[in-house]
Amino acid sequence: MEMNQKLKEKFEEFCKSHNLTGQKKAQLKKKLMQILKKVAVEPGTAIGVLSAQSISEPATQMTMRSYTLASQTTALAKVTHGLPRMIEIFDARKTFERSMIIYLKPKYNNKNYAKKFAEKIKEKKVKDSLASSSIDLLNMQLEFIFAEKINFDTFKEIVKNYMKDGKITRKGQTVYIKPDDAEIKNLRSLKFKLLDAKVGGIKNILSVAVKKEKNDWIITAEGSNLKAILELEEVDVNRTKTNDIYEVESVLGIEAARNLILEQARETLRDQGLSVDIRHLLLIADTMTFDGKVSSIGRYGVAGHKASVLARANFEETVKHLVNASFRGERDNLNSTIENVMIGKVAPVGTGFVKLVIDADKLKGKK
Amino acid sequence: MTMEITSIDFKLLSPQMIKKMTTVRIDKAELYDPDGYPIDGGLSDLRLGVIDPGLRCRVCGATAGNCLGHFGYIELTKPIIHPLYAKRIYQLLKVTCRKCGALLYDKSDKKISLKNVYKNPLKVCPQCKEKQKKITYQKPTLFREDSKELTAEEIRARLEKITDEDLKLLKIRGGRPEWMILTLLPVPPVTMRPSITLESGERSEDDLTHKLVDIIRINERLKKNLELGAPDFIIADIWELLQYHVSTLMSNEISTLPPARHRSGRPLKTLAQRLTKKEGRFRGNLTGKRVNFSARTVISPDAKISIDEVGVPKYVAKELTVPERVTKKNIKYLKELILRGPDNYPAANYLIRSDGIKKKITEENKEAIAEEVTIGYIVERHLQDGDIVLFNRQPSLHKVSIMAHKAKILPYKTFRLHPCTTIPYNADFDGDEMNLHVPQTEEAQVEAKMLLAVKDNIRSPRYGLPLISCKHDQITGTYLLTREGTVLDKKEAAHIFMLIGKENENLKDSYTGKEIFSALLPSDLNIEFKSAGCVGCPHCEKHNCPYDAYVVIKNGKLKHGVIDDNALGEGKGKLINIIERKYGSDKIKEFLNNVSRVSIYYVTHHGFTISISDQMVNKNITTIKEKKISETRKNVDHLIKSYKSGRLKPLPGFDEKGSLELLIQSEAGKLMNSMSKLIKTKIKENSAVIMAKTGARGSYVNLTQTSVLVGQKAIAGKRIFRGFRNRTTSHFKKGVLDLKSHGFVFNCYKDGLDPFEFFFDAMNSRENLMDKSLQTRHSGYLERRLVNALQDLKVEYDGTVRDSSGRIIQFVAGEDGMDVGKSDNGEINFNLII
Repeated sequence: MEMNQKLKEKFEEFCKSHNLTGQKKAQLKKKLMQILKKVAVEPGTAIGVLSAQSISEPATQMTMRSYTLASQTTALAKVTHGLPRMIEIFDARKTFERSMIIYLKPKYNNKNYAKKFAEKIKEKKVKDSLASSSIDLLNMQLEFIFAEKINFDTFKEIVKNYMKDGKITRKGQTVYIKPDDAEIKNLRSLKFKLLDAKVGGIKNILSVAVKKEKNDWIITAEGSNLKAILELEEVDVNRTKTNDIYEVESVLGIEAARNLILEQARETLRDQGLSVDIRHLLLIADTMTFDGKVSSIGRYGVAGHKASVLARANFEETVKHLVNASFRGERDNLNSTIENVMIGKVAPVGTGFVKLVIDADKLKGKK
Repeated sequence: MTMEITSIDFKLLSPQMIKKMTTVRIDKAELYDPDGYPIDGGLSDLRLGVIDPGLRCRVCGATAGNCLGHFGYIELTKPIIHPLYAKRIYQLLKVTCRKCGALLYDKSDKKISLKNVYKNPLKVCPQCKEKQKKITYQKPTLFREDSKELTAEEIRARLEKITDEDLKLLKIRGGRPEWMILTLLPVPPVTMRPSITLESGERSEDDLTHKLVDIIRINERLKKNLELGAPDFIIADIWELLQYHVSTLMSNEISTLPPARHRSGRPLKTLAQRLTKKEGRFRGNLTGKRVNFSARTVISPDAKISIDEVGVPKYVAKELTVPERVTKKNIKYLKELILRGPDNYPAANYLIRSDGIKKKITEENKEAIAEEVTIGYIVERHLQDGDIVLFNRQPSLHKVSIMAHKAKILPYKTFRLHPCTTIPYNADFDGDEMNLHVPQTEEAQVEAKMLLAVKDNIRSPRYGLPLISCKHDQITGTYLLTREGTVLDKKEAAHIFMLIGKENENLKDSYTGKEIFSALLPSDLNIEFKSAGCVGCPHCEKHNCPYDAYVVIKNGKLKHGVIDDNALGEGKGKLINIIERKYGSDKIKEFLNNVSRVSIYYVTHHGFTISISDQMVNKNITTIKEKKISETRKNVDHLIKSYKSGRLKPLPGFDEKGSLELLIQSEAGKLMNSMSKLIKTKIKENSAVIMAKTGARGSYVNLTQTSVLVGQKAIAGKRIFRGFRNRTTSHFKKGVLDLKSHGFVFNCYKDGLDPFEFFFDAMNSRENLMDKSLQTRHSGYLERRLVNALQDLKVEYDGTVRDSSGRIIQFVAGEDGMDVGKSDNGEINFNLII
């Protein structure tokens, strides 16, 4: 086993701080190499099971709702903690409590600007500026009364996105919308669509808060829209983050998604004061992303896409996998552990991985 | 010659194949004639296999238990759709021409799969130009073409038309699609659906037999009706009924079908139900197996056995056996064992001759058997001291939930376990039971000894620090022993030296505790660290620590500091860590054994107890508490006032109400913290404090709650708001937001809570209880999923991590190829190298 970059740096640093040079340094290096050999993972190690257990064993100690009262003042955006979050990450969920942490470039890094910026990116919907909205059944039209002054033309544009043909008229703060195909059903659906229509800000950024962290004014946001945020001039692209794995995958790529899975899982564990070595999390993050797309751990992801029919049937949806396998005419080559357990053979992991044949004649000295 | 399964193919069964693999046609719905003899052609036909002991199979001649049984078949009068393949049939109907069976896709399009074509089939057949009609599918087995129902016969005819080339294109390799429509139904052998004879002499048949009887009955009725030329609608009705029975035979949990029920109303367990779920064939019998040579009983502690031993009751040792092959060297010894008779431990239970015949050794035949013993025979002897056994406690959450111990045969009826090894098993002694397995081959024994031994699993594979370490009284004991002022006289010192096997004739008149502890350490050990009692002074005085919390060990002598949780505890264990790393697993085993013996000896002989007086605090603290409480009350009142008047400035990201809650909570937290700090600094040292300080048991929070105040009770992370409208109980005014009415407990457990506080406390603890029991299944399922997803990842010889099909997950395991379980908290400790 060779030293990797990190270890090399650590080694040099250690030598420097202990004034080791020349022969002493070489001696230490020799010893280090011996130790490296000793602590190396042995071939055949069922490293997957080891990692899986290392994560789920502490998961039994996690609480559903964590966070003691005293430390809650630091929590700003709604974030899921503990076991539920862990499950979300490994499930690669598409719906969950999203949040973002936005950093600003040094130029804009001050309180006033951060506040202004936060206000700017927050998504505003039509309903936010409405005083009341109703359906006028007599004239078959929608009646929107605005609480504040609005730009009528932009509003008109927004309405046109949702309504094919119709009339939009304005009377003071009240706007009447009358589609041509006015039916109660249509009016109702149009009304709800319009209420949720975006007026300004960035889509999916639901609420924002400005907070000082060391030297930075950061913006924590509920909801996430990485692509739109990164496109903004003021944003420090390098440090801004989201907790949405799929978004990161589509915007920054699969390696970034892998790092996010790692970081999120690590943070969740650290929150609970549980120590798990990073190597275990690395393996899980890699398994979830190694084929170029994010796949979940459960039956629709990694476990459901295994090559072996028996392994899949053993996990979940037994009948489905057997039926499909027979239809397609699949063959199970009995490569992995579980099938070998089923048919009663030694599984090719650990000591079963080694294939040795003793030459009995040679042993007796006949050869 | 040995045969080995190398692969398993999954295919559709063809009618020809069914004919070939079956022995008899079944067409009689009755099982037995009036004399109780199985009817030929009935479902208990003797050619389907034997289940009665003593009889021989009419087909293969084997006895019951050796004959696996033979299939029969039912000739279905009209074809029946296999319900589990209905979706696939629908897909095929949609993608093929209704007239000529050609694939409905544009030949120029090269990307072809069933899924692609299925999504968008052509409307006109490219081959015969026939215009296609719309096909709809209604669960479970109904197909329509433009509202006209398609019969199974018509569908079968259509599927027959699909060419083999087209099937290849669609990647259907399981066989002809028309085989998904059954014409012959295989009848499972009786061995897989045995009938039980009840005490009354009545026979009770298996669920599958019941279902098959239904099928035969309806099938015969359909046949008769067809022969009689019954009207179409009657035929259709019976046909549909037959379809229902076949469908429920395959699976009784098809969503749109009402499940077939037993006479008692219980749904039948048919084919699919036998395979699925936890108790099904797959998870229950194929991956999970029952074993022999195992034992289970209650565990209890024994700090005097070694950590790698397990105390096995004599009763158990007499039942569990280890096979030992007779050789020149052990023949005399084994004969002696046999001659002792099976009840006279240590002895032997069975003799296995080289022709495989097993003989039980009894008091009567022991002499005869001892005579018979020859080299090459196998004697199954009782479990003895030093035999390797596997020891396990459920839930087996990680790999150290099962480890190899050496058996130690002891009297009484419980397994004895060293307290240090309770940590990996997560065991305690309040009635826990554990399992013990005896490996039966030399290979298994050696493997267990070399890979699963306790001493080789000291370090946690999760974070690379000692997992097997000291707890509770062991920590208290070492603390009491090593703290300043402990002096032992000659007699006691001699006793302790005897305990650790370091008898010495030239003893001093007195020893300090630190000197005694030093005797446990290797003589060239050097280490310095802070103990758990460290209060974290801004400037550490190191050797001159006023709290004796800075541990210095020089050349194996404990110079300063006390030994507590930081030196010996789980996940920290500075001492255990360094000894394991530097001197290896045998030394650390010895060290842990000795530490346990000495510390347990010390606590038991010097006494250690807590009482209510330990929870007493002096007046000083009480007055500070009163002052702080009134201060907090004032602050909270102020907050509420400013909230009510609208002057409260909301925190970023919160509305006024949320901010108020948060601020009140932080006030409550502050009060709690200041009290904890007060206890930590002001309370006199007593037993309870010693335990909290050394990390043996309990914490300062526990102490604060018992002797000063309990603090805020919460539900779902918030103060308590449940109960009546705008108030928690009817004793408070509506809309009041103060501490008292929302779950703050001002009293301590020693003084007792008032009714409100008690009620809130109960709410809180009930929530915790619920949480715990609800979340175990979530985390259990998470474990199952994770293990299932990652179970076949392994490290190859080239250092890469690959899955079972050889795909690379990581190029270097863990990015640096280091095994966490062998590392030092995931790293390499340079200080230990030089």
